[in-house]
Amino acid sequence: MQSSVARQIPQETAAPVQLARVTRLRIRPAARPAPRQWGAGLAASLLPPALVGLAVLIVWELATNGPGATLPPPSAVWRDSAELILRPFYVHGTQDVGLGWRVLTSLERVLYGFGLAAVTGVLLGAIIGQSIWLMRGLDPFFQVLRTVPPLAWLPISLAAFMDNRPAAIFVIFITAIWPILINTAAGVRNIPADYRNVARVLRLGQVEFFFRIMVPAAAPYIFSGLRIGIGLSWLAIVAAEMLTGGVGIGFFIWDAWNSSRLTDIIVALVYIGLVGLLLDRLVAVTGRLVTRGAGGV
Amino acid sequence: MGYLKISRVEKTFVAGNRRTEVLRDIDLTIGRGEFVAIIGHSGCGKSTLLNLIAGLTEATKGGVLLEGREVTAPGPERAVVFQNHSLLPWLTVYGNVRLAVDKVFRTRKSRAERHEWTLHNLDLVQMRHAADKRPAEISGGMRQRVGIARALAMEPKVLLLDEPFGALDALTRAHLQDAVMEIHARLGNTMIMITHDVDEAALLADRIVMMTNGPAATIGEVLEVPLPRPRNRIAAATEPAYLRARQAMLRFLHERHRLVAAAE
Repeated sequence: MQSSVARQIPQETAAPVQLARVTRLRIRPAARPAPRQWGAGLAASLLPPALVGLAVLIVWELATNGPGATLPPPSAVWRDSAELILRPFYVHGTQDVGLGWRVLTSLERVLYGFGLAAVTGVLLGAIIGQSIWLMRGLDPFFQVLRTVPPLAWLPISLAAFMDNRPAAIFVIFITAIWPILINTAAGVRNIPADYRNVARVLRLGQVEFFFRIMVPAAAPYIFSGLRIGIGLSWLAIVAAEMLTGGVGIGFFIWDAWNSSRLTDIIVALVYIGLVGLLLDRLVAVTGRLVTRGAGGV
Repeated sequence: MGYLKISRVEKTFVAGNRRTEVLRDIDLTIGRGEFVAIIGHSGCGKSTLLNLIAGLTEATKGGVLLEGREVTAPGPERAVVFQNHSLLPWLTVYGNVRLAVDKVFRTRKSRAERHEWTLHNLDLVQMRHAADKRPAEISGGMRQRVGIARALAMEPKVLLLDEPFGALDALTRAHLQDAVMEIHARLGNTMIMITHDVDEAALLADRIVMMTNGPAATIGEVLEVPLPRPRNRIAAATEPAYLRARQAMLRFLHERHRLVAAAE
């Protein structure tokens, strides 16, 4: 029976072949994109926030303009604190400097705390993520610790370090480390088994595995942890600088409150918000650059 | 006198109180330069067998010997082409191959030689043109080519292919099969390929190992394919030897060892 199959097949393939007729279709040129779109897109993204901002200012002005108002209206902010808004980098004395300088001083502090948190968090997270038992044992504690607000760490930190500077940096560190640690551990846990097998076939060592597989594979997780972390450490700056004093933006708010300069506080709040947004964007963009391609295949 | 010897291998997975015997009594001797295809229904433990040879899984009983030495851990002399390519997405095509080259030839080749060797292996699979692309930017067939280049670049004693073309469309698969045949002819590697494609097994292999269904799967039959090389898919399709091998596999898989319950 097999030999009969073998004999039949060549006959089938030798069937006469007829050429198909080709009909050529006319190709229409693609429509050209409208040149105005770019400007329109910009307007569409800028116009709504501008309108909302204006509306908020008007409502705020109307609400706080009366004689019984407890908060200053925007016009008062402009009247009393125009110099802070217009000249971020003035220097009138060692303690009396523009908000730009203050922000830079605070940023330095945050970068120390956040940098420490990032390095420690990624390393510890990488170790913990390797072991299902460590993960199970430690995760509940992390979940509790990460909800402790920065101000609550203040007294403990002071008692432990007995010195303002390290205590302030520790407050930032301890606020920021949890999401970094938790996310890194989750990222390491989720490294696909295939990548681990590749590493095993290649006989990569521990250190090689860490840098060549683990960090890049977990990078998307690590960066979302870092992004939450930088946000939290910037949130902790006011608490931290209530300790240290000096020229930081956090201490500036504390100081302004003690001398009842409400309008200054409002300007400082806007600075903090904008810088916070900038930091968040910065980490997000860095993350996108570093992890490009690592998303999915 | 076998090059690669699998002797009395048994594999049982233990999860809590449940013991699942996946493989039993596997005995197989493979000669140097031989191309062996392993075929069977899904869930029959073909992949487990390949992982045992690779050293990624340890046998419960018995063992694997390569050139007389026991396999205890994975290593580049038994390179694996994984089912889903497993390229590292953050590295370029070049970077993926170079990682393997750097690791295997760190002491034996200079930096320039390693660069040349990386490109040479990309040439073997005709992927040099995409050296700077990332895996996400190339097609599935191209990724699998790079996976093969990465494995070849390790200069393995045995190349293990775990259903490498299963996820590809039929035309791309044919293309890659030709590429593998050409590489096998050129380099004379020992190759073991898992497949569930009867045509693929008959076209590529010198011997076809047919596995019975799990649990406790074993080798049901070993079939020689006495087709002369180089083989050509169009000519082979009419060769009696090819058709007989095909027929035997179909009989084995669909008559004697039909998969009763759909696996997985």
